[in-house]
Amino acid sequence: MMSARICDKIATGAAWLAAAAILGILASFLIYMLYKGLPVLSWQFITGMPSDMRAGGGVGPELFNSFYILVLSMVISFPVALGAGIYLAEYAGRDRLTDLIRLSTEMLATVPSIVLGLFGMIIFINYLGFGIGILSGALTLSLLNIPVLVRVTEESLRTVPAYYREASLALGATKWQTIWRVVLPNALPGLITGITLTAGRAMGETAILIFTAGTTVSRQLGDFDVFAAGETLAVHLWYVMGIGLVPDRADIANGIGALLIITILVFNLAFTIPGRILQKKMTGSRN
Amino acid sequence: MKATTLDYHRLRLGYDRYVRYLLFVCAFLMTFIILSIIIFVGKQGLSTFADVSPVEFFCNTKWDPGDGQYGALSFIVGSLLATMLAVVIGAPLGLTGAVFMAKIAPPWLREVMRPATDLYVAIPSVVYGFIGLTIMVPFIRTYFHVGTGFGLLATSIILAVMILPTIISISEDAIRAVPRPLEEASLALGATRWQTIRRVLLPAAMPGILTSIVLAMARAVGETMAVQMVIGNTPLLAKSLFTPTSTLTSEIVIEMGNTPFGSAWGNSLFLMALVLLSLSLIMIVAIRRLGRGRVV
Repeated sequence: MMSARICDKIATGAAWLAAAAILGILASFLIYMLYKGLPVLSWQFITGMPSDMRAGGGVGPELFNSFYILVLSMVISFPVALGAGIYLAEYAGRDRLTDLIRLSTEMLATVPSIVLGLFGMIIFINYLGFGIGILSGALTLSLLNIPVLVRVTEESLRTVPAYYREASLALGATKWQTIWRVVLPNALPGLITGITLTAGRAMGETAILIFTAGTTVSRQLGDFDVFAAGETLAVHLWYVMGIGLVPDRADIANGIGALLIITILVFNLAFTIPGRILQKKMTGSRN
Repeated sequence: MKATTLDYHRLRLGYDRYVRYLLFVCAFLMTFIILSIIIFVGKQGLSTFADVSPVEFFCNTKWDPGDGQYGALSFIVGSLLATMLAVVIGAPLGLTGAVFMAKIAPPWLREVMRPATDLYVAIPSVVYGFIGLTIMVPFIRTYFHVGTGFGLLATSIILAVMILPTIISISEDAIRAVPRPLEEASLALGATRWQTIRRVLLPAAMPGILTSIVLAMARAVGETMAVQMVIGNTPLLAKSLFTPTSTLTSEIVIEMGNTPFGSAWGNSLFLMALVLLSLSLIMIVAIRRLGRGRVV
C-alpha cells in the first residue's frame, strides 16, 4: 500500500515537471525571440525597403505582403469552408458520400505544406499562368486554410444546442433561415476564435509560399497589384538566413522573428481570449 | 392574402433547396481538391520514371542530378529517421503533459496550458528553425564536440517541440473522453490516481493517443522549413546523429528554385513530394483504422 502511494507521488511529481517543461520551453522560445528581436525593431526597419547587399534594409513590403496575402487567402477560403462546414454539420447524413467528403477534408488537412506549394505551382503558375506573386500565393495558402476552417465551422455549429433549431423550425422558419438567423449567430464566438487561430498559423507559413508568392518584393511599398511579387515576412526570414547576402542578416532575422511572435501573440491572446469568454457566457459550458 | 403568404413560403423553400446544393458543392470541393492534388502531383512525379528507374530512385543513395544520378534513398531514410526520433523524444513529454492537463492540473493551470498549446502551433516553423539554428546547433557543436552540429539530432529535437501541441491536445481530449464511471470504479476499489491513470484511463484512451502520435508523425514528416534550417542539407546517408544529411522536404525546398519545370531533375522532386503525399495519406488511413479520426 505504501509503495503504491509513493508511486502515485512520484508520478504526480513527474506530471508537474512535464507541465513545467512544456510551459518553460514555450516561454523561453517566446522570450528569447523577443529579447533578440525587439531592439532591432524601429520605424525604419518596419516600413523601410529591403536591401540586397548593404546593411540597414527594412521589411516594409514583406510586412505588407504578409497581411495582404493573409487577408486575400482568408477571403477566398472562408466562404467555401463555411459552406462546407455548414453542410457537414447541418445537412450531411451518414452515407458514403459524406464519408468521402470527411475523409477528403482530413486528408487535405494532413497534406504537407510543401506538397501544397508544389501543387499550387503546377496549377496557378504553370497551367493558369498567374505567375509567381501575391495571387498565386494567396490561392495556394487558401488550400491550407480550408480544411482547418471546415473543421472549425463544423465544431462551432455543433456546440449550438439542438433545441435552438427545433424552436426556430417550430416557428415556421425554413432550414436555411434557421441556420442563418439562429445557428450561425450562436456559433459566432467559436467561429471567430477558430478563424483567428487559423489566420495566426497562416501568417507564419513559409514552405507553401516560396515557390508561389516568391522571394522578391515589388519596388513600391503597399502595392495592391495581385500579380506583384509577394515575399512575406516568414519567407524573408528564411531567405536572408539561407541565401541572402546582406551583412546584417542576423539582425534582420531577429527583427522578423520578433515581429512574427508579436503578431501571433496578438492573434492568439488579444483576439481569442475575449472570444472564449464570450462563448462561455453565451453557452454556459464549462470547457 | 393567404395565397401570397403561401407563395412566399414556396419561394423560401425553393431558395432553401438552392442553398443546399450550393453548400453541397462547397463540401464536395474538398474531394475535388484532394483528388486534383493526387492526380497533378502524381502525374508530374511519376513522369520521372521515364528517365530514372524506380530501383535507382528508391534504393540508391547517389544523388547528383548534374551527373544524371537520382538516388533518393538517403532523403527517404532521413525523413523517416527524423520523424521516428522526434516521436521518441516528444511523445513521452507530450503524453505526460496531456495526462497532467486532463486529470491532475488545477483548473486555473489548465486555462493557462490550453492557450499555450495553441501558441505552440502558431509559432511559425521558420522561427522554430531559426531558434534551432541559433541555439540548438551551436549547443550541439559545443557539448558533443562535433564538426558542425547540423544533423538528425538537432532536427529531431526541434521537431519534437513542434509536435508537442498535436500530441497534447488530441491525447488530452481522448483521456477526458473516458467515461467517468470507469475512473470512479477504479478509485473506489482503492487504486491510487496513478494506478487509475495507468491501468484504466490510458488503456481506455489508447486509440485517441495513437491517433495523436500518428498525426504528430504526419506533421513531422511534412515539416519543411525548420528541418531545412538545421539538417545540414548534404545529400548523404546519415552515418550518425551529428552528420549533416537531408530529408525529402529539405531537398525539395532547396532545389526546386533552380530546376527547370518538366526536366528529369524537376520531376524527381515532384516524385519526392508524391512520396510525402503517400506517407501522409497512409497515415490518415491508419488513423481511420484506429477508430476515431480527428485532425488538428
